[in-house]
Amino acid sequence: MSVDQAIVRRIAHLSRIAVEDAEVERLRHELNAILGFVEELSSVDVEGVEPLTSVLPMQMKKRADVVTDGAIKDEILANAPAREDHYFVVPKVVE
Amino acid sequence: MSDPTHLTLVEARDALASKTLSAVELTQAHLDAIVKARALNAFITETPEQALRMAKASDARLARGEGGPLEGLPLGIKDLYCTKGVRTTAASRILDGFTPTYESAVSANLWRDGAVMLGKLNLDEFAMGSSNETSAFGPVVSPWRRKQGEGFDSAKIVPGGSSGGSSAAVAARLCLGATATDTGGSIRQPAAFTGTVGIKPTYGRCSRWGIVAFASSLDQAGPIARTVRDAAILLRSMAGHDPKDTTSVDAPVPDYEAAVGASIKGRRIGVPQEYRLNGMAAEIASLWDEGVKWLREAGAEVVDISLPHTRHALPAYYILAPAEASSNLARYDGVRYGLREPGRDVTEMYEKTRAKGFGAEVRRRIMIGTYVLSAGYYDAYYVRAQKIRGLIKRDFDEAFARGVDAVLTPATPSTAFAHGEKGSSDPVEMYLNDVFTVTVNMAGLPGIVAPGAIASDGLPLGLQLIGRPFDETTLFSLAAAIERAAGRIALPAPWWNETK
Repeated sequence: MSVDQAIVRRIAHLSRIAVEDAEVERLRHELNAILGFVEELSSVDVEGVEPLTSVLPMQMKKRADVVTDGAIKDEILANAPAREDHYFVVPKVVE
Repeated sequence: MSDPTHLTLVEARDALASKTLSAVELTQAHLDAIVKARALNAFITETPEQALRMAKASDARLARGEGGPLEGLPLGIKDLYCTKGVRTTAASRILDGFTPTYESAVSANLWRDGAVMLGKLNLDEFAMGSSNETSAFGPVVSPWRRKQGEGFDSAKIVPGGSSGGSSAAVAARLCLGATATDTGGSIRQPAAFTGTVGIKPTYGRCSRWGIVAFASSLDQAGPIARTVRDAAILLRSMAGHDPKDTTSVDAPVPDYEAAVGASIKGRRIGVPQEYRLNGMAAEIASLWDEGVKWLREAGAEVVDISLPHTRHALPAYYILAPAEASSNLARYDGVRYGLREPGRDVTEMYEKTRAKGFGAEVRRRIMIGTYVLSAGYYDAYYVRAQKIRGLIKRDFDEAFARGVDAVLTPATPSTAFAHGEKGSSDPVEMYLNDVFTVTVNMAGLPGIVAPGAIASDGLPLGLQLIGRPFDETTLFSLAAAIERAAGRIALPAPWWNETK
């Protein structure tokens, strides 16, 4: 499988990364180089193999459903590029 | 006393214990070396005031006889570890101005044990790279140079990646040891390129909490140091259960240092034929044979094994790691931290922020990851790669079930290359660096690299040992045997020192 310029633009938008028109062809070439590299996997026999999602044969630990942290609004907002009182500020989302 | 930066971590520990050296003197010597070595660009952020403050506190604790296992020992921290009150960049523009309000679990363990922080080390952006050339803060220069006649070639050599600042700083004696991280080889390949020792422990051995995430099912923390014993001491402090990382394992941490020097008699070592690549460089093959001989002479039994799915590991990795990265890096949206570029609406703000904040390699991987996770491609790429990951792990499980204690392989397909030499026209050329290391992350196993030889170009080569899950102890014993047989590599003399 390979991608064309329209798919490159679509992936860029899904990734929320702006691309200049001049970049699209180079990106298409690079993404296709990677897709070409992984192409051989389509011929591997994976019949009956379970997808591996965790290398550890262990149950995920659960903790009590109680508040263990909090009241650190200033810390959470400390690195925000734009804030007002205890809110993150973003451009208008709904007209 | 002679230059304290020439001590190993163990020697420095002993010098502090016997009071022939103070933590402040030891730290100051390293801070001076760091200033003189700025041409290597190993550090993104130097923290001299904090270092001296920590060293002073260490001297006080040592005087009271309350020193921890790493008391007063100056270390470098890969700038992927969040450090409270100290700028953390992941070598990316997108984290512009980010100063964590918390400390990563692993670095917190080091400070608990008395270590001193010298600063934050350079790396490939978001740990995506094998040469430390993708850093937004510029590439790292290796302290190693290629031989040319009786002298040295002028080409700048890469220190490997992504932990290139860590490997360069340790090899250049700018710190006694460093933290690093490894998703596909980012501890072991830089260690091999710089004649240092690096271990990626078993997935779950170290907490990932507070380390900037790349691919969460593959990422692990580990140390780079100048000797196997030094690496063992550092890993013991770094490892341990952390309730904040549900994948960290609640099991006691062994005394790894005790394993260094232990007999390896009767240990069974597997040599996988699938790692003998077509066109493998003769020097790589002969070092591998040499490694077999060294382990045999130390009493180990060496057997041929087969890991039939090896060749699929790297392509499968380049589906799974970007997929996880595209998801993990979705958080960089210009809202909560880091860079923000204005836009007409929220979507344009996201798109402009991420276009400006991420470098070319990171953008590429996010896009590939987004593609393989998108509707219509998810099963063909992502799920298939997860199944192949299962086959790779099964290969190792079967070898271990047949009584193999560890697997011996080359660490890298070549010695270090020069800046700009690889991957400029085809990203895959750079990816091939991780061909021997990436299987270990895919199977979640521990892997250690120790220096084996100096190649004809004057640059170091390493050997890799892969162990059973949570059997780092055996790896330290085996790597120590290699280190003993190979002899300590003479690190380069400081040609990089700035003369004032």
